[in-house]
Amino acid sequence: MGMGDGTSTDTGTGTGAGVGTSPATDAATDAPGASGAASPAAAGKAPATGVDSDGFITLDGVEKVFQVRRRTGLLRRERREVRAVDGISFTVARGEMVGYIGPNGAGKSTTIKMLTGILTPSGGRLRVAGIDPSRERTRLAHRIGVVFGQRTTLWWDLPLRDSYRLMHRMYRIPDRRYRENLDRCVELLDLGELLDVPVRQLSLGQRMRGDIAAALLHDPEVLYLDEPTIGLDVISKTKVRRFLKELNTERGTTVLLTTHDLTDIEQLCNRVMVIDHGRLMYDGSLAGLHEVGESERMLVVDLESELPPIVLESAAPGGGPVLRAVKVEGPRQWLAFPAAASAAPLVARIAADYPLVDLSVREPDIEAVIARMYESAP
Amino acid sequence: MRTDREPGVSRAPEAFPFPEHPRLLEGVRAYGLIMAMWVRSTMAYRASFAMTVLGDFAVTAFDFVTILLMFTHVDALGGYTLPEIALLYGLSATAFGLCDMLLGSMDRVGRRVRDGTLDTLLVRPVPVLAQVAADRFALRRLGRITQGLLVLGYALVALDIAWTPLKVLMLPMMVLSGAAIFGAVFVAGAAFQFVAQDASEVQNSFTYGGTTLLQYPPTIFAKDLVRGVTFVVPLAFVSWLPALYVLDREYPLDLPEWVAFLPPLVAVACWALRGSRGGRGCGPIGARAVERQ
Repeated sequence: MGMGDGTSTDTGTGTGAGVGTSPATDAATDAPGASGAASPAAAGKAPATGVDSDGFITLDGVEKVFQVRRRTGLLRRERREVRAVDGISFTVARGEMVGYIGPNGAGKSTTIKMLTGILTPSGGRLRVAGIDPSRERTRLAHRIGVVFGQRTTLWWDLPLRDSYRLMHRMYRIPDRRYRENLDRCVELLDLGELLDVPVRQLSLGQRMRGDIAAALLHDPEVLYLDEPTIGLDVISKTKVRRFLKELNTERGTTVLLTTHDLTDIEQLCNRVMVIDHGRLMYDGSLAGLHEVGESERMLVVDLESELPPIVLESAAPGGGPVLRAVKVEGPRQWLAFPAAASAAPLVARIAADYPLVDLSVREPDIEAVIARMYESAP
Repeated sequence: MRTDREPGVSRAPEAFPFPEHPRLLEGVRAYGLIMAMWVRSTMAYRASFAMTVLGDFAVTAFDFVTILLMFTHVDALGGYTLPEIALLYGLSATAFGLCDMLLGSMDRVGRRVRDGTLDTLLVRPVPVLAQVAADRFALRRLGRITQGLLVLGYALVALDIAWTPLKVLMLPMMVLSGAAIFGAVFVAGAAFQFVAQDASEVQNSFTYGGTTLLQYPPTIFAKDLVRGVTFVVPLAFVSWLPALYVLDREYPLDLPEWVAFLPPLVAVACWALRGSRGGRGCGPIGARAVERQ
């Protein structure tokens, strides 16, 4: 547990209590002694007894090691160990919505697979709703919903409705419950028109909404989403996000999602976990992540004419610049400002002082944030 | 576990009860559900379905045409006449066709492991073996069964058999336990794929290869081969041994007469052996599935 943990401890305790609502509520409801353990960063360090009984999802030093054999000669094979998940510990309380991010190959999918029981951990302890997933996979299946962003569970040649009927019978969902859940999903996910359309004719966004509904008909207590917005257009993304938000707040469903899109996290999750090389690098609020990564957002402005680079000083005396131009190309300027800062007042100030024609805000991407995390780590 | 919820946040409804069901029944039920979905999927393209049934019928019928052509030059093959060989052929083809329809797509499990779509089966609350067995259920294989039954019918009409009640009983028993034995081979093959990942051809040599082997009398094969399919991969019990009893023929390898009645037991034994291997293979399944991604 090297630099990653050090980083997350420093910032997690600082920002977690203020911004992350879930740790705060945990601390409030738990016994005073357990408040330290409920803070997200500390969870990795102190998987003490109190955490175990409270966490809905509990990982304690979970590892997954693959034996990979590679052919090195005509007959010779080289055996190599790959530590896809290397000692991860965290706790997710019931009703939390957590983003699980990291670059490709970081171990995200492996973690999700262990949480669903598809994979057996090589070491450590893992519980979901009190169940050991790999040992009681079938029993757990009733209580979890899984959406694999790039692998549909819907029946390609059949109307959407038929896939839902299969879920109804396979999960033995009581008739009334099934109808209620289907009606709710159809309404909120805008599926009414699509129920009788064969799945092969649906667009990617429609199919993703269909898949999400299919994963929720049996009232799972926790929903895992692996890249739920991958490849979707803006409107579809918005629909999916709005639905997930509602699911979490209205029904209290615990949601764990992996994504490459920081906007997903921004709009949905109070808490974000960053994993890289199988280790938990950060666990806390998104704002805290930006602080750790010292990441910057970019305001791209189109002005009426070519002007000198814009620099905005902080409102507080002696605060230094809060926004500066990093690139100028004719009337277009790229203005960087801290990701944790709000864009609205900055835009207002620019609009007041400069002949603004058009603007857009660009979010930092996860890879860049994580790369900076490495740089800033001691 | 937590009782103290924040006010204003409504609780998710209680999970509905799902009583434990016996695994075998649950598996058969799931098989039925998934099979029905595949049949309906197939029926989405009716014309294509009709053509593939016809194609399946024609392709497998060519096997018998080969035998017919052979008999235009010889009167007997390994001491067996055409109707006798037709009996062997019909039994083996029907039993295999039945099994092929019910479990035939199990060799696809290797592909599912490789492309990672096995994951979607593993997160469902029903046995994976049943889901894999019903995967891509192919109704078109009715073509092969029809063809087998036709040849079998011809054999029964053409042969002059001294029928006894036992011999009559032997026919349905042969088809059913034959299908079950082939089925066990399919499942064992599928289990092997979790280790080998892409070994559907090895599996095919035992299944498709086996059925072709059984279409000819044992007398034309080398003794060691006959030994192998009797004691190692017990395909001889599918048609040879019981059919030879019906035909009042001499058994290969000097086996006693009562072995003709063993096929149901052999089938059960095979399933006890293979079934458990196939069902328990989830550990390696997942690990391999991930490694490949």
